[in-house]
Amino acid sequence: MPSVTLTVNGKQATVEVENRTLLVQLLREHLGLTGTHVGCDTSQCGACVVHVDGASVKSCTLLAVQAAGTNVLTIEGLAKGDELHPMQAAFRENHGLQCGFCTPGMVMSAVDLAHRNAHPTEHEIREWLEGNICRCTGYHNIVKAIKAGAEAMAGSR
Amino acid sequence: MADTGIGAAVRRKEDFRFLTGKGNYVDDINRPNQAYAYILRSPHAHAMVGKIDTSKAKAAPGVIAVFTGEDIKVGGLPCGWVVKFKDGSPQHEPPHPVLAQGKVRHVGDPVAVVIADMKAQAKDAAELIEVDYQPLPAIPTMEAATKSGAPLLFENVPNNICYDWAIGDEAAVDAIIAKAAHVTKIEIVNNRLVANAMEPRAAIAEYDFGTGEHLLYTTSQNPHAIRLLMGAFVLQLPEHKLRVIAPDVGGGFGSKIFLYAEECILTWASAQVKRPIKWTAERGESFASDAQGRDHVTHAELALDKDGKFLALKVSTQANLGAYLSTFAPAVPTYLYATLLAGTYTTPAIYAEVKAIFTNTVPVDAYRGAGRPEACYVVERIVSKAAQELTIDPAELRRRNFIAKDAYPYQTPVALAYDSGDYFATLDMALKAADYAGFGLRREEAAKHGKLRGIGLASYIEACGVAPSAVAGALGARAGLYEMAEVRVHPTGSITMFTGTHSHGQSHETTFAQVISDRLGVPIENIDVVHGDTAKSAFGMGTYGSRSLPVGGSALVKALDKVVDKGKKIAAHLMEASEADIEFKNGAYTVAGTDKNVPFGAVAFAAYVPHNYPLETLEPGLDETAYYDPKNFTFPSGTHIAEVEIDRDTGEVKLVNLVAADDFGTIVNPMVVEGQVHGGLAQGVGQALLENAVYDAESGQLITGSLMDYCMPRADNLPSFTVGTHVTKCTHNPLGVKGCGEAGAIGAPAAVMNAVVDALNAVGVNDLTMPATPEKVWRAIHRRLAA
Ligand code: FES
Ligand code: FES
Repeated sequence: MPSVTLTVNGKQATVEVENRTLLVQLLREHLGLTGTHVGCDTSQCGACVVHVDGASVKSCTLLAVQAAGTNVLTIEGLAKGDELHPMQAAFRENHGLQCGFCTPGMVMSAVDLAHRNAHPTEHEIREWLEGNICRCTGYHNIVKAIKAGAEAMAGSR
Repeated sequence: MADTGIGAAVRRKEDFRFLTGKGNYVDDINRPNQAYAYILRSPHAHAMVGKIDTSKAKAAPGVIAVFTGEDIKVGGLPCGWVVKFKDGSPQHEPPHPVLAQGKVRHVGDPVAVVIADMKAQAKDAAELIEVDYQPLPAIPTMEAATKSGAPLLFENVPNNICYDWAIGDEAAVDAIIAKAAHVTKIEIVNNRLVANAMEPRAAIAEYDFGTGEHLLYTTSQNPHAIRLLMGAFVLQLPEHKLRVIAPDVGGGFGSKIFLYAEECILTWASAQVKRPIKWTAERGESFASDAQGRDHVTHAELALDKDGKFLALKVSTQANLGAYLSTFAPAVPTYLYATLLAGTYTTPAIYAEVKAIFTNTVPVDAYRGAGRPEACYVVERIVSKAAQELTIDPAELRRRNFIAKDAYPYQTPVALAYDSGDYFATLDMALKAADYAGFGLRREEAAKHGKLRGIGLASYIEACGVAPSAVAGALGARAGLYEMAEVRVHPTGSITMFTGTHSHGQSHETTFAQVISDRLGVPIENIDVVHGDTAKSAFGMGTYGSRSLPVGGSALVKALDKVVDKGKKIAAHLMEASEADIEFKNGAYTVAGTDKNVPFGAVAFAAYVPHNYPLETLEPGLDETAYYDPKNFTFPSGTHIAEVEIDRDTGEVKLVNLVAADDFGTIVNPMVVEGQVHGGLAQGVGQALLENAVYDAESGQLITGSLMDYCMPRADNLPSFTVGTHVTKCTHNPLGVKGCGEAGAIGAPAAVMNAVVDALNAVGVNDLTMPATPEKVWRAIHRRLAA
């Protein structure tokens, strides 16, 4: 079994995996980071989005071995202790989540958008979310939350 | 306490854990020494199952056991509702085995289970199972299933008809239709939908040999119902030896109400292999095994007089139940559908008949709205069609037929008695928000750019908070429909509340806490709401049909009453006053007309440290439980208006505006209510424009069996919504609440399709089935233009 060394939420980890193990399985099953979710088997839903070397990636679409040597950020690594990241805070403030299942992927995806585009429009946000499905919210409040979160991130820079 | 009480847009208590990745969904849980199950499912829609050779699978690496229907000698999955044929005989209730017994009836029907040390080992080994299938002709459509000579799914279910049920006086309705000045007729297909909660179903079962106790973690909307149904009917396990936990659940929309085979298989198997077993559905399995929704074909006729007054409605519906009776399936196309056909109108005579049909497809059961969206779709589509035929403005035609504001309680001809409502108010509100008056100009403007613009209304009614248990029982329900609440006040005045309802997105941890905060004056941080564990909440019927606040919230108010009352006795003792003089407000007990008072927390403390306490007459402790059985359904209502623009060249329908004006009665948390409406609207738009579960007519394969093929609404398919509420209080529950979870999914499909048809009228198209995909719209336009 190959062993993979990578950095997850600032901590280095070395894990023995099968060749077919996906990054999301490494995170959930080997490292116990169950905040990253699996909602599909066809790379559609985005519940599994994490950052790999700063960019949002569907962790169900990457083999664990491909992530060797990378720097991975998951939803667990976003807040500073009890203090929510501005995007997390914006989701809470704008009721951008209901059941919470799509939420980690949504937030991670949104943070990446805000890094690329500090002041995204509603249209840009909706286009960006093409790869993230939410069945609960109808997206209305997610769009509001991302707008507010991006502004807050821009403001704190 | 207004800032965290009833009516405040309190930010949610549950959000911190969800936002930081600390949610606790079933698949996040792992038990020591846990094994994994993989379910082998039928690749055929209809086949006899001969020998199943599991020997290779059993010898595969890591495999602990393989079980088939031969091994699992347990009861079948029970059905919770009996509907009768027109002649009074009961529905056919064929067996629903947890693993196939000699026959499979839909693609995805469970055939065997492999249990192994690792998930991948179980899946790999399942491929080694050799099943001798003898395929039979598949009958995935209702048409094929009811043709004379059609193959039968079950030997003793003639014509594959589960029941043929009716409500109303057919002869009387026919007589009115025969003489009416105008009759509008419509053919309707209500497309089959897949709930697709983002969290796939999952379960972990564990057996404790020391205590003989079974524990099941499952993705359920109603853990107590699972315990009762599985324990009493399938596995013969008594409740005290069976604990069911539904922790955080990632959406349900109905699909997680029902008892599923996997829950039973795992609970049984974990005792056989003496290890905890985990199973998590892949999305493909969700498509092949989660109960699906809708799937009706309907013919309807509406009789009107010369002024557009509705005289009679006749509805004939075929409902596809799929291959087996799911838990609540029989009730959905009957008591939750036909009883809503009066809609918001005074139609004096209604007759509806419903034929429920077995087919080689995944079972169909409640999906957000469950029967009520189907009813709204029939009524609101035919009303708009009548308006068009009679060239009466559709808003005006609705107004002419609305039940008057002062007519409540209003008895409809289809059993329900509406307690309250004001359909005029929500209609006016929606018309204004949608700038209905300005639509003509927008249509002209669109036409200049070669676009077809349409506007559509739907004035829906819903029945929530199902139902007085005695009434439900008389209609065939095999369960009670009350709810339980326990308010446990701790010695230092903080509170844990236990409910038998379940939140899988609905926000009970916040909204129930608001009700408590409002009543007891306790800060919301000091209140926790516990749900989803049969060992914690005494009992409950779970969450579906927007029942949690109307029924569960009413139980909560009753329990709070008891707490306040007992507190009065304690306070009277502490202040040496007469109980009759004690008042409770703003979190303190006072002696009326004096400034003597004792805060709620001090009363709680005295209840648990009863040094100065009337022990002769009063028990210590402050922990009260209440059960509430609803007195009637609640009747949320409202008007939704959609505006669309259609590209004639591509057939693409752009939803440019969607307005919802709803009456949900009292609103506990407006932020949460808006969120619920948004989500429902998105699902309604999904049904109208995007979603469709398609089975191959020959093979019975689900063609739309993945998120690549089944079109879920994405952010860029939808606009931002305009939502608003008007309050008329429910008259028969203590909070005056009606329920808001399903409204969007009920009103939106009809509003959107009325808009689509309104737009297409300009090119001579006057009907279209859902979903209005670009292809379908383009074909309709071009077929018409060619003709
Ligand atoms: S799990 Fe659905 S995209 Fe990764
Ligand atoms: S909040 Fe439930 S799927 Fe998005």
